[in-house]
Amino acid sequence: MLQVVCIKQVPDTETRVKVAGDGRTLDPAGVTWVMNPFDEFAVEGALQVKEKAGAGEVVVISLGGAGVQTTLRNSLAMGADRAIHLKNETASPDSLSVAKALAAAIKELNPQLVWLGKSASDDDAAQVGPMLSELLGLPCVTVAASFALEGTTAKVEREIEGGREQIEVPLPAVITCDKGLNQPRYPSLKGIMAAKKKTIEERATDLGSAYVELVALELPPARAAGRIVGEGAAAVSELVRALREDAKVI
Amino acid sequence: MSILVFVEQRDGQVRSVSREALGQATALAATFGGPVVAVCCAAADPGLAALGEAGAEQVLFAQHEAFASYDGAGYAAAVAAAIASVNPKVVLFAGSSMGRDLAPRVAAKVDAGLATDCTALVVDGGKLVATRPVYAGKALQKVSFPGAVALATLRPKAFAAPEAQAGKTAAVSALAFTWDASAPRAKVTAVVGASGGKVDLTEAEAIVAGGRGMKGPEHFAMLEELAGVLGASVGASRAVVDAGWRGHGEQVGQTGKTVSPKLYIAVGISGAIQHLAGMSSSRCIVAINKDPEAPIFKVADYGIVGDLFEVLPALTAAIKQLH
Repeated sequence: MLQVVCIKQVPDTETRVKVAGDGRTLDPAGVTWVMNPFDEFAVEGALQVKEKAGAGEVVVISLGGAGVQTTLRNSLAMGADRAIHLKNETASPDSLSVAKALAAAIKELNPQLVWLGKSASDDDAAQVGPMLSELLGLPCVTVAASFALEGTTAKVEREIEGGREQIEVPLPAVITCDKGLNQPRYPSLKGIMAAKKKTIEERATDLGSAYVELVALELPPARAAGRIVGEGAAAVSELVRALREDAKVI
Repeated sequence: MSILVFVEQRDGQVRSVSREALGQATALAATFGGPVVAVCCAAADPGLAALGEAGAEQVLFAQHEAFASYDGAGYAAAVAAAIASVNPKVVLFAGSSMGRDLAPRVAAKVDAGLATDCTALVVDGGKLVATRPVYAGKALQKVSFPGAVALATLRPKAFAAPEAQAGKTAAVSALAFTWDASAPRAKVTAVVGASGGKVDLTEAEAIVAGGRGMKGPEHFAMLEELAGVLGASVGASRAVVDAGWRGHGEQVGQTGKTVSPKLYIAVGISGAIQHLAGMSSSRCIVAINKDPEAPIFKVADYGIVGDLFEVLPALTAAIKQLH
């Protein structure tokens, strides 16, 4: 069974955001790039399915500049079998353009499962997974919190407001992963050595015209400095007064 | 040019986040000059005529027996049919778990641009410009839409629900759409815990969140008690979730949830940058921490330096006295 995992390389979550000279994108200077944290659950999910079946192939795909190969190599070290790099240098491309490029590459692989993170921790768009499902004509469960494969049906749970939906989805399907779906493994030394011999296939990729145009990237207005109302339990009465009379929130 | 709003219902109840979307649609309709049209998917009419009170002039009702539960593919087929029928300038969805799942499917179906999790929508020179937090709120992205129709999901609590126009009704009509429910699809077999009445963090008016300073999962009962008297939901820092003290659904921050309640009380949370990113758009922030140098105090409106095990019970007792 062939599975595909779509991966995005993003700035580390500790990154302090600086706006680039174009006024629309992130200044990449000094940024540490990592695999989108939610994509780690996607890679792990695919690897677990493969291990349980005892056979199969996990193909990882990422769209981006030359730098994304580090992240692809990392997923190969985790245990993915091969990688496809859709080469494109656009900074912050829009989701539908990315989904179309991914769909074109995925279609020919004819996978049983397509895995993604529920969103990327940089643009927080959470769009590519469900878009892919429409473009590929496959059923889809987003924000999966648990996943169990029984034959050719997956039983998946997703968190909704105040509860959980239990869902059954026949394969082939698209799954986007929430934190907590599994415990992503760290690459072993053996895995890291093996990854050096695995293939990353490069494909030049054109995205066409954007569906969403970036107008500006701005830093949010700084919060006005607050005040320490006091120390210890003695400060509680002043806090409650301020919340009630000044902030009017209780 | 009309504005189309996807109105979501669960168990026959229209959700309040959809009223927020209708309110924003009414504001846009004033600029674009068109009617506000709602589209709702359900197995039975949840009282759609009453959406007139929230600003809808017409409601398109997509009825299907499979719509007793949410079905992404089926709903997307219906909303795409509504877009083809009314040809709107803008389509709004609530940024709820349903809206976040549905809107991208619709965008792919109608081949249009989508901005998710918007916190502001303005019309600039006849063009819609959406503001959306990125990097979990460390920056704001402004985007526009080159195509004929723009899709957006709205962050819950970022837009006010409109004052109800009592007695005003909307004209409800059946929406014709094609969808093959017998094709392979993801089927909701059950919804568990939905009647617990727990408000999701993203829609909570108030949040009480605990960090590593809570010293162990057993002490969260104290936080739950404070949350109980405030009518608040309980949140947690990444450290606490990674340690397994609390479920991941409670994590606030860049790899958890981004929240903007009226009141956010951070207890024993030092304020790592990825946590601050997820909560600093809250209206009023309170920090309780024993370290006066903790970064959380830099974003807090009010701070108490001290031992949370003394401050928390005192705070809970003081708020109980107010009621």
